[in-house]
Parts: sequence; structure tokens; C-alpha cells
Amino acid sequence: MLTFKVGVLARHIGVHRNTVTNWIKKGKLSATPAAAKRYTISKSAFIDFCKKEHISKSAMERVLSDTTLKTFFGLQKEAGMDTDHPADIKTGDIENGTALSSGTVTEEKGRGKILGTDKEVGAVLVVGGGIAGIQAALDLAESDYYVYLIEKTAGIGGTMAQLERTFPTDDCASCIILPKLVECGRHLNIELITLAEVESVAGSAGHFEVTIKKSPRYVDMDKCIACGICAQKCPIYVKDDFNFGIGSKKAVYIKHDQSVPLKYAIDPDACIYFTMGKCGACRKFCPTGAVNFNQTEEKIFLTVGAVILAPGFRPFNPAAYDFYGYRFKDVVTSLEFERLASVNGPNSGTLLRPSDNTEPEKIAWLQCIGSRNHNNRGHSYCSNICCMSAVKQSMSALEHIKGPNLDCAIFFMDLRSHGKESERYFERAKKTGVRFIRAMPHTLEPGKDGTGVFMRYMDETGRIKKEGFDLAVLSIGFEAPEDAKQLSRLFNIALDPYDFAKTSCFEPVESSRKGVFVAGVFQSPAAIPRSVVQATAAAASASELLIARKGTLTRKKNYPREKETMDTAPSVGVFVCSCGVNIAAFVDVEQIVAYAAKLHHVTYVENNLFSCSADAQESIIEKINEFKLNRIVIAACTPRTHEHMFQQTLMETGLNGFMVEMANIRNQNSWVHQQDAASATRKAKDQVRMAVAKIAHAYPLKQERISVVQTALVVGGGIAGMISAQTISRMGIKTVLVEESDTLGGNALKLKTSFTDEAVRPMLDSLVSDILNDKNITVYKNAFLESASGSVGNFKGELNVAGKPTLIRFGAAVMATGAREAIPDEYLYGQTIRVMTQMEFDAKVLHHPDEVNKAKSVVFIQCVGSREPDRPYCSRICCVHSVKAAISLKTINPDIKVAILYREIRTYGEWEEYYKTARQMGIVFIRYTRKDKPVVTRKDDRMVVDVFDPVSGLPVTIFADYLALASGVVARDNDHVADIFKFSVNSDGFFNGAHPKLKPVDLSVAGLFLCGLCNYPKPLEESIEEARAAAHRAVIVLSQEEIESEAIKSFVTDNCDGCALCVDVCPFHAISMADNARVVTDPALCQGCGICGATCPKEGIMVHGFTIPQLAAQVRAAVDNEKSPETILEAKDDSAV
Amino acid sequence: MIPRFEPVIIGFLCNWCSYTGADLAGVARMQYPPNLRPIRVMCTGMVHPGLVMEAFDQGTDGVLILGCHPGECHYLEGNKKALARAGVIFRVLEDKGINPERFEIQWISSAEASVFAELVTRFTQKIQKLGPYSPLPRQAYDTGIKTYDRL
Repeated sequence: MLTFKVGVLARHIGVHRNTVTNWIKKGKLSATPAAAKRYTISKSAFIDFCKKEHISKSAMERVLSDTTLKTFFGLQKEAGMDTDHPADIKTGDIENGTALSSGTVTEEKGRGKILGTDKEVGAVLVVGGGIAGIQAALDLAESDYYVYLIEKTAGIGGTMAQLERTFPTDDCASCIILPKLVECGRHLNIELITLAEVESVAGSAGHFEVTIKKSPRYVDMDKCIACGICAQKCPIYVKDDFNFGIGSKKAVYIKHDQSVPLKYAIDPDACIYFTMGKCGACRKFCPTGAVNFNQTEEKIFLTVGAVILAPGFRPFNPAAYDFYGYRFKDVVTSLEFERLASVNGPNSGTLLRPSDNTEPEKIAWLQCIGSRNHNNRGHSYCSNICCMSAVKQSMSALEHIKGPNLDCAIFFMDLRSHGKESERYFERAKKTGVRFIRAMPHTLEPGKDGTGVFMRYMDETGRIKKEGFDLAVLSIGFEAPEDAKQLSRLFNIALDPYDFAKTSCFEPVESSRKGVFVAGVFQSPAAIPRSVVQATAAAASASELLIARKGTLTRKKNYPREKETMDTAPSVGVFVCSCGVNIAAFVDVEQIVAYAAKLHHVTYVENNLFSCSADAQESIIEKINEFKLNRIVIAACTPRTHEHMFQQTLMETGLNGFMVEMANIRNQNSWVHQQDAASATRKAKDQVRMAVAKIAHAYPLKQERISVVQTALVVGGGIAGMISAQTISRMGIKTVLVEESDTLGGNALKLKTSFTDEAVRPMLDSLVSDILNDKNITVYKNAFLESASGSVGNFKGELNVAGKPTLIRFGAAVMATGAREAIPDEYLYGQTIRVMTQMEFDAKVLHHPDEVNKAKSVVFIQCVGSREPDRPYCSRICCVHSVKAAISLKTINPDIKVAILYREIRTYGEWEEYYKTARQMGIVFIRYTRKDKPVVTRKDDRMVVDVFDPVSGLPVTIFADYLALASGVVARDNDHVADIFKFSVNSDGFFNGAHPKLKPVDLSVAGLFLCGLCNYPKPLEESIEEARAAAHRAVIVLSQEEIESEAIKSFVTDNCDGCALCVDVCPFHAISMADNARVVTDPALCQGCGICGATCPKEGIMVHGFTIPQLAAQVRAAVDNEKSPETILEAKDDSAV
Repeated sequence: MIPRFEPVIIGFLCNWCSYTGADLAGVARMQYPPNLRPIRVMCTGMVHPGLVMEAFDQGTDGVLILGCHPGECHYLEGNKKALARAGVIFRVLEDKGINPERFEIQWISSAEASVFAELVTRFTQKIQKLGPYSPLPRQAYDTGIKTYDRL
């Protein structure tokens, strides 16, 4: 008998899984349903069927020869969890006849019949497993869509996982991305397909049929336990791509130690089994028999409703320029520098130069390598992030190489620190002593003895300088990904001249083809936060498209009712894992088993070869039932990766998931004490004893269910607020939009065109009318939020609508309070009508061709009031705005003379094109410094601007009809809103996001989100992206009827006497005084850090799962005082700290 | 041969940084002395000073609190609170006649596996030099002898 699952059989014989379902339904394939969504069929019936349906003999043999088919098919991702394709659920629709009625059958060459329907599919394909792809996948899975995440390499994480740290917070990059990787890897509704590429695409928005080509991994993912023995035994060294070729890895490899999936893969180009037909050491030594040289390339057919492309970028190859000397050992790219400095890099975090492995004392960074340069193979756009990345790397170097001697020099053209908190970071680097030199060095030569480099450059005074450095870092820019053209062809999407995806200002994440969205650097060169925003925005657009099919393909795990366990004494089962030989080779597992059996409360002990394997889970379930166990200790690896799985195993038996404790005897014992087996065994005993002591004090934890008020509040009726409200409403959720003034539109009312030269007004008008006609949206004009209370899922607010108080209830809110143009107090502003701000200049001059034709000369002054001690940030948009305005002036009146006085031109990203055009049109750019500002006087009816020109070294006098001041963007009075909800604003007055890199649109209070100018100054398209992203984040909360809170939360005990010491220390304001002279905690605000518990002098407040008695029991059990374990634990059980 | 003194050291490791770093040290097979008994906590801000005192009362020879680097706390400022409490712990240790050198609070990020291994090695060696700690004769058994017996 064959037991199979529909999807797997389909894959074997090369047809769509729906086809197989139809065969079964119509009786062609006489299979009978078996347990766990499997079907059984007799061998002879299957052979008959194959003959009748003309299924090729080879396909039939493939099925029959696959030994795994009989026993094990549902490739299990996590124990007890079905991870077969959700098509199993979809069959329900087909059986109801809904899908077939509109179905069409298409013939695919050589692959049998593929059943296609016009119906929308509630699944999304995400291409690319970098930070953007991961974020998009998580956001979609969270909002009830099934996601296929495909990644070209063997693991997800992309470039971000390779970074040493991220600016401007200096957060360790791998630390912040790792939890996302793990979440992605084990999400029930995300199917990770690695080593895979898109092969063909058919269909249209709502229903795409995509064929994926999956290269063989040669390692069975279900069997591999990532012990690394294969790599130890493998004799072949290859260059390590993850470290950009610095250092080596084996032919059987994991991308890096924290890779997801943490499964080895074999590189067939390097492996001598494949190239020379011998060796096979990895297969011989693999303890689980995971190595399988017979794996072949697979074709996977996916039916999805939408596609998100996030393929990332290709780093510019500096070998294109011989004069940058990339061939010298001590010239590295900025990405290579990241690996050199990384703790998990080839030098384990010691920054050494490659030539002689010594610490460099002089490091140079060369900016704009391959960017802002269209000669040779360079690109004319600015890569957006390299300036900040170089500043960050210089700060990192200063931290790595202690001592006064380190000299960091950054050679740049314009230092572009236009992001949130970036200017401050740049200033800090200057103060720390990093040298910023405005020059482009040319011709790097090797230094003495082939170490270091020697370079020449012209400084600002025009003198040629010669300087040697120990290490030179080339800040390479982004290039469109190598497969950009292929993706464009496959998906039929348009690319811009640089091969990035073409998008519009008002649909910044939508490609030219409906249903295909783009995010990350493939959209345009961007740093991590914008990539994350775009990913969430793309998720929003995809789910908006598929809203009718939401939740049709996703699955939820159902567990039996929980048993009552607290009325019986603790009965602990201990499961000791050998982890193949990973633990057993260094820890005497037999001894541990014998020892654990003697411990108090322990009823049952078992040793497993792999406690995480599927059969071990079954054994655990069996033993729990057989021995009436109510608490479990797993002595194995780390709870960080495996606790969740064991919790689910417990829940399947009806035990509370929190009745399990792990003793980490692998990562923190057998792997790190390999020279001392006796001590390791002793430590393992102690660890097991500590875990048993802790679990004896455990009790079932409940996850509170909070019912959600399914209404959103959006504060602010500008573009960001309106887009947000519209996005939320389109997902079927009621929205309240509050606008302070009497008109919707905000700053966009003053804009004629976007940065992309698209007319703003028509779009704005249609948006406003959409909002006003939307039945889901209630608009309050002349209104503001007076006060609010509550927490995520259930807020109450009081609005002041034209003086009248109005009460509202909402489950989540989006802050889009905007910002305004600053009012200058320099350059005679306010004393003459000829001096205007940018917005005023647009309205009074630029939009009136007559005025432009009359004018002879216009001067723009940049950074007015910006980047000064009083306002130490860059407003991001003014440079592009002025350059664009200057171009418009020249276009209308070619005779007009235009000068732009600037401190640093920050036409970042693809806007650099405008700067180039402006210079070609003859617009004069003169750089000034903060210490030597232009002087503006009035002579008769004209303005006189005196400025020093650093290029000619001479003072210049310009007569101008108009002076346009780029006064920048300042925050509104945001403190009021921030105070209401208790989140914070930064020192510039903009809202502080929950995390500057990975949660850019979340506020620190759960259920609150932000977008647009109140976050930081930004152009229209970026505001729109954020608005969609914030809306999507809000919808994730609001589309649920109930939300489940975390179980690890604080609770108040009878010991509390209301001293209130804990109230002030809580960083989340979750504790307040109650009427009964005790404190009370708000579970919705509490994050479970336990600062309260450690502050309380009387155990009056503690955190579930980490109570003081639990921790104290562990402390006591840590010391083995040579008495029999029983007496110790019994004696200590009831004594308190 | 006189047996080497093998101290018992309790480490409170924060879930988000140090515990992860310790796990990574395992993945990278970085070897360090087997004397640390790790206790996972969600945040160093959760470690009640009483737990540290209890550890010494039980006869532990050294205590480590390891958290996220300042500014990187998962809970905004738990590590700051832990640091503030450490100041108090040092004083109480002195008052009780326990060498404050036996207690340390340090920051380990989740990527700093090598830093973690080095720190544990250094701290263990320091405690080995200081010798066993015997708590005040409050307990019925003699922990000083116990630690040698453990060999």
C-alpha cells in the first residue's frame, strides 16, 4: 500500500496538486482517505491508474521507488504539526463546486494538466529572503495569508545578517534580525523554500501560477540536526560567500551559525563526490543519515494571488576601476569590512587587516565608489546609505581598536546624513575625531612590503597631498540585482533606467503589473528602515488585493482542553537528549539518566537519541499519559529555539504549555566543555537538578484574551493620514479620521508635483473625495484628541470636535500628525517680500510663469536653520526640492540665472539625477560653511548676496530678484499626543518609533503606529509607503476579534502592601495604584521584564514563569551540597528568599 | 596531587543578549571552564538582589549578572536598573564580609560569543585565585569543604 499526501504525489508526477485532488474526487484515482490528510492506494491500482492516465513510466517508478512514501510523507516542520501544502484546505472549495464552476483548464507543456481557476488565491509569493522579504512574509502571515518565501541561497537573512552593526543606534545587526529569522522559520503559515528561483509565471493579479526551480540541497532537512560533523569531516575548503570570500568554509556548509533554516547544504560545484565521484565522508559520518547525494532538482508549482519581489541588490564590483586598487590585499569593500569587524566574522571580532593580520592604525574610507559617477561602469545615482555606513564603520573601528593612535579618515564628496538621527551620529563621529576630508583620492598604490596603501588626493585648498593608510575601505554602492532583468521578463514588469523596479509616487510599492509588488533595494537604493516600511506596505497592498480570500489558506493549530494539574503533586518527566553524539560524546548521558531518576518529584526519566525528533515527541506524549506526568524537563539544547516546540507537544496532551523547562546541556555544556567530560557531566547533573527544581514550582499560565474594538483611529488628515485611513477601510475596518483644520490634505495642498514629477493635485482631490464618500470612514474636521486611555485592542478617547466633546472607542491608532515648514529668522526674511521660504516661493513665483519670465536671477539658500546647534538634523527634502525648483525655473525661462548656495547637496538615491541635470543646465552651485554663511543685503529693489566661493577661492556677489530659503521641516507640538498615550518624542520633536531599524512605523506603545512627517521629514512617496505600512500594522491588530496576550507578565501577590516602589520603575507604565491599597498591573502594557519584581522588597509583584520562588529554587539547586538530592530540595522548598 | 579548586559560579543570563551569546559560543565550540551554572532570566532587571545574596548564602563561590549592552535593553532600561542594584549588592557584600570581587555585572551582546567565553574564563580564574567562599555558619553543613569534595 502507498500512503501519500496530495501535494507530494503531485510533485512526484509533475502535475498540479489540484489535479490530483480532482482525480481522487472523480474516482479516477481510487485512493481512500487515511488519517492526517493522507490517502492510501494499493500498488496495483496505482499502476493501473498510471497506464490509464498516460503518466510516464519514469514518474511512476519515481513514486514506487520512493521508500519514504510509505511511511513518512508530511515532511514535518515541527512535531505534531502538519506542514503539507494548504491546498488540502483548498480542496474544500473545489468540492463545493465554487472553484470548478469558474475554472479553466490550461495545458502546460510536458507537465501534464494544470488546473487553473480565475478565482483569487489567499496565498502570496515573496521572492527574496532578505530583511524586506522576511518582513513582508511575516506581515502577510500575521494577517492571515499563506506565504511562500523563496530564497536563492541556503538560508534567509540577506545582507543585514552580514552587517556588524546598524546606524544610528549601533545595534548589533545579527541580534536584531535573528528573532525575525527564527519566527519566519517556524511560522505555521510561511513556507520557506531555499535554494530556489522562479522559473515561470502565468496568470494575472489574484491568481498567478508560478513554477519554482528548487536546487537539491543534498541534505535531508528533516534529518539534519546541524551538528556540523559533516563539515568537520569534509576535506574540501571553498571560499566563504557569507564572509565575501575572506576565510573559507567546507563544501558542506551552513551559511552562518545562526542561519535559518539551520540545516547544512552541499555545494555540488565544490564537493568532490560530485566532481570526482569519490569521498562521501559527510554521508558516512552523519549521525542521522541526512546526507543524500541522490537528491535532484525539483519543480514546485505554486498558485498565489500576489507576488512581492524583494530580491535585494548586487554590490558594486570596484574591480571595474583599476585605480582604486581593489586587487591589493589591504583594500577592501565596505561589505568586506563589515565581516572583518563582525564578532561572528572570520576574525571573531578582532579588526585585522588582511595582508598581515595586524591591527590597522590608519584607516581610510573612500566614498561614492561606483555611485554618483556614470563613467566606466559606475552609476549616476547615489546609493543612499554609504555615507552613513562609512561613518558607522569608522565609529566601529574606534571601538574595536582601542588606544589613541587609530586614525580614521573618510574621503567624501557630499556627506549625506539625511536620515532620522543620522546628522547627530555624523556630528558625534566628527567630535570623536574621525577626519572628514572632502576629496576623491585617485590612484591607490600598495604601501611598503605590500601592506597598506598609499594615495594622493587634492584637498579643498587645491594642494596635492600624499598619505599612506594601513587599510582602505571602498564604500561601494548598490546595483540592481543580477536577476533584475530576468525578473522583469518573467513577471513582465517595467524597470527604470538603472534596472531597479519602476514604480510611481502614489503607488510606491506597486510594479507596472497589477498584483506584483516590490520592496527593498530593488525598488530604489534604501537603508534598512525604508526597506522594512516598503515590505510592510507591499504586504498591505497584496492583502488589499486579496481581501476576499483572506484566511482561506491559513491554518491554526487546535489543542485539546487543558487538564487540571494543580490539585496533584508535581510529577516530573525528564527527557535527556543525546543529540546524536553532540551531547553524548562529552556528557555521560547514562549517568545523567540515573541521577535524574533519584531527584525529588521525578517520576520518569528517558534518554532519546534526538529529543526534538518527531518520534521523540510521540514518546513524550505517550509517557505523559502513561505515567501521569504533569511537568516535563528536557535536557537538550537551548530553549530559545526549541522550547516553543516542546510547549506545543505538551499542549497536545492537554497539559499547559508552560509546564516544561529546558536544561541547556548542549550549547552551554557539551559543546563548550569538550576537554573535560567529567566536569561536563557534573555540570549537566547540576543543570538538570536546577531545571527540576524550577519546574516543581511551575503552575499553568493563562494567556489573557482581550476582545478588540475593531475600529481604527487616524490622527491627522494629510496625505499620510488619508492613505492610512483608506488602506484600513479597504480591509473592511471602520476608521475615524481626525483633522485639526477644516480641510483635508495637509502639506500636499501646497505641492504641485511630486519628486517624480507627477501632478499631486488630481491624486489628492480624488483621495479626498474617496475618503469623504467612504462609508467606513468617519471624518472629524476642526477636531483634535483631548485625552485617551486603555491599551491595545481597547482604547477610549475623547475628541474635541469644534469645541464639542465626542467620545470614541478604538482598538489601534495611527499617528499622522505631520510637520510644517520652519519660519526662518535669517537673510532678511520677513523684511522684504523678495525673501521667501521654499513653499512661499513655489506658490508666489514658481507656479506663475509670468513671474518667472520677468525674473532675471534667483538664489536658493539651503540649510537655513537646519543642521545648526538649535536644529541639529537634516530635513531630507529641501535639497531635492530646491534643485527641482531651479530646474523648473530654467525650463520656463532659459535666460534666468539661478544659484544654489548649499552646505552639502543631499539629492540622495535616484534624485541625484536632478543634481546632474541642474548642473548641465548651468545652474550654479556654491558651497558655503556654517562659519562663513552668505550675507544678504538689499539694494534698491534687488537682493545682494555675498558668498565665498571655495572653488575659485574668491568672494562672489550675486544680485537676485528672489531669494528662496530652504528652511526645512519642523515638528508640530507633538508632546501633547505623546503625553496622552505615554510614548516619547525625540529631541527634535519627532515621534520615537519602537525600533529605528526593524519597527519604524510602530510606536513603543502596543497598538499605536506612526507615519509621515511626524516620524521624520520625507518626500511624498516615502510618506505614502509609511502610511500603508502603518495601516497594515494596525489592521493586523484590528482584524482579530480577540487578541491573546503573552503569558510572561507581571502579577500582584497577597504580599503587596501598596508601597508603590514598583510603579515608578516600570518602563512601560503598566503598574498603577488600585483602590484596595495595592498595586494593579495592566497586562496589555506589561512586557514581562520583571524590573518590578526585583524592586519589590516583599515578593508583592512577580513575573509568571520567572517568580522569585522559581529563581530561588534554581539558585539553591545550583549548589550540590553532597546530601542526597531529595532532602535538599524538600528542605528548601518552603523557605523563601 | 592536590585537587584543583573547582568553584561554583551562578550566572544570571538575560534571554535576549547574554543567553543568546552563550548559545552562540556553543555553536562556535568556544571552550571555557565548566564552572558556570547558567540561570536564564528575561532581563537582568528581573534579578532581585536577594537572589544574589541567597546564592552566596548557599555557598556559591561567585555570581555573574550578564545583560545587554547599555542602550540595547529589550525592555528599554532593565540593564540600567540592574547596574544600579549592583552598586547596592557590592556594598552589602562588603558589609557581610564577602569579597565584592566575587560578584560582577557585565554586558554581552548576542553576537559576542568570544567575549562571553573570555569573560567566563577570566571570572572563573579570578574566583579560583580567591579560593572557596564559605558562608557564615548559618547552614548546618560546611560548604567550604563541600566544594573540595565535589572533585
